[in-house]
Amino acid sequence: MHELSIAESILKGIRTELLRYPGARPTKVGVRIGELAAVDVDSLTFCFEAVLKGTEWESLQLDARVCKQVRSCADCGAEFEVVDYNAECPKCASSNTTLKSGDELDFDYLEVDTDGTPAAQV
Amino acid sequence: MERLPLKSKVLNENQIIAEQLRESYREHGILCLNLISSPGSGKTALLERTLASLDPATRVCVLTGDIQTDNDARRLAQYGFPVQQITTGGTCHLDGRMIERHLAEWNLDDIDLLFIENVGNLVCPSSYDLGEASKIVLLSVTEGDDKPLKYPSIFFKSDLFLLTKIDLLPYVPFSAEQVEENARKVHPGMEILRTSSTTEGGLEAWLTWLKQRMKLAQQGALAAAGK
Repeated sequence: MHELSIAESILKGIRTELLRYPGARPTKVGVRIGELAAVDVDSLTFCFEAVLKGTEWESLQLDARVCKQVRSCADCGAEFEVVDYNAECPKCASSNTTLKSGDELDFDYLEVDTDGTPAAQV
Repeated sequence: MERLPLKSKVLNENQIIAEQLRESYREHGILCLNLISSPGSGKTALLERTLASLDPATRVCVLTGDIQTDNDARRLAQYGFPVQQITTGGTCHLDGRMIERHLAEWNLDDIDLLFIENVGNLVCPSSYDLGEASKIVLLSVTEGDDKPLKYPSIFFKSDLFLLTKIDLLPYVPFSAEQVEENARKVHPGMEILRTSSTTEGGLEAWLTWLKQRMKLAQQGALAAAGK
């Protein structure tokens, strides 16, 4: 259940980001979660709603996108999406492959309401 | 409504601390290892055997994490090396700040090897970088040989897999070959050692691995100092 800690980190990250955009109200936050990040999206969504309770941002939405593991093969150069955590290259069967993406836990975007005026960056 | 692109990591704050810790381990030539497993896989038992077998001149320190009790710290303190218990009070993993706070109690110049025994949990600790040189995952033969496929993240992120309690293999329906194959499916080329803290099987290979890594950490610090 580290999803609660992660939900709190997302909220903290939004607060930090908004320091640069005074007056902007966040409506939706996008995060990218690699399938190797060991984060459960349902649990994170539940925890995110829980940490928002009682704050000024109760309606803030979380858009958590799960990203498949992508590896590249050092022998034949193929780049492939991993199925069932099998890291072997589907083209040449080499196990000499390295991870390109799929372990990330990154912010993607923040949607803000600015009452018609563009978000001012300070 | 406006969409602002973001680039930072969600656990950015922990990452910054982890990088500072990594830099200070490197500066002081400390090998830091983060031991992760389910509760009861034998992290503490392995550390007991390890501490008992190491040359007393080796400057080892242990940080051991649990949700409650200081049982592990008391078990490990018997071997004469400095040990601190980190009691998380409910949190299922250790984070960089907890390590930073406890390390402040010690002089880093006096440490060659730092073991971090994480909270027993095969999932959450894998998300938190503690600045370690390597994560080490332990799995015992009583847990099921499909676990690397069920918990791929930690097997992917660990440099070494210690298959523990191998003395129990004759009594359980567990295939050591299968678990190793599954681990290498998730993590091609993964280093794996079979150990038993009861019979001391495989302990020699583990100590050799440890000594090689300590040497590398010290060489790294010397190289950095010579720059």
